[in-house]
Amino acid sequence: MSWAALLVLAAGTYACRAAGPLLLGGRELPPRLDAVLGLLPAALLAALVATQTFADGTALALDARAAGVAAAAVALWRGAPFVAVVLVGTVTAALLRLAGLP
Amino acid sequence: MPTNDAIRGRAARNALTIAAYAAVFGVSFGVLATSADLSVAQTCALSLLVFAGGAQFAVVGVLAAGGATAAAVVSGLLLNSRYLAFGMVVTPFLRGSVARRALGAQLLTDESAALALAEPDAREAVRTYWVTGVVLYLVWNAGTLVGALVGEAIGDPATLGLDAALPAAFLALLVPLLRDRPRRVAALAGAGLALLLTPVTPPGVPILAAALGGLAGLRVPGGTRDAR
Repeated sequence: MSWAALLVLAAGTYACRAAGPLLLGGRELPPRLDAVLGLLPAALLAALVATQTFADGTALALDARAAGVAAAAVALWRGAPFVAVVLVGTVTAALLRLAGLP
Repeated sequence: MPTNDAIRGRAARNALTIAAYAAVFGVSFGVLATSADLSVAQTCALSLLVFAGGAQFAVVGVLAAGGATAAAVVSGLLLNSRYLAFGMVVTPFLRGSVARRALGAQLLTDESAALALAEPDAREAVRTYWVTGVVLYLVWNAGTLVGALVGEAIGDPATLGLDAALPAAFLALLVPLLRDRPRRVAALAGAGLALLLTPVTPPGVPILAAALGGLAGLRVPGGTRDAR
């Protein structure tokens, strides 16, 4: 990652944060834009889960990583806290790799 | 009716719980960022300047998958676009000089906004916003530095199962968002689009295209228009 890209991300993020407090002074967003902004995180995070679990470059793969994420999903469903969910996923994938899975 | 002391105790306990979570979350970000070949300095700069966990993980995720830097930056910005809406909501807590409002804006996170909005007393809400923001900022950055230094010492991340850590973390961030039908439809459409496009587009593009899933959610009735 280049420093220029990092600074663009930082500046863009700050612009989003400061627009309300510095410029608009509490005026409301157009309802249509507000609705889209509310749905974006769910769409993006779901896409990240899907690709990080099944994509290997431009190929799709079913490997120890997918098994790890499945185990993490079970932990999440059982109400485990964030750190435990991540740990369960990580340890499951590591153990399956140790057992010879790709 | 809870007493003032009980309310203050609850606010402090909430802030502490969130701080503990942010510390561990920050350490895991540091480890994952350096295992995706970011330098320690860049890893720390992300936490200092961007200060948004979900977007930082997303950037690292796209880069780790071999995606272009531009795709990583755009997906991070799309995730952070929700702060436009949050910024409007917390504006009442950020009255005062330009410098004070400018500093307060950088401390805007899902957590500082949510805790402040949950506080019934207006003066306490302002205090809660600032205390939560400052504590989170310090803890998140300290955690990132520790994680980055630990991550540098770790060899191949796949052997340790760290490639499963990132999607597991995203999943844990995603599930609380799926409270209503429009968000569930947006999530399903986003995931489906991303998987369909993976074999036919360069890495990173599927994530950006998944933003269109958000538009699919707009067509579904039954949305909650309040906090996200």
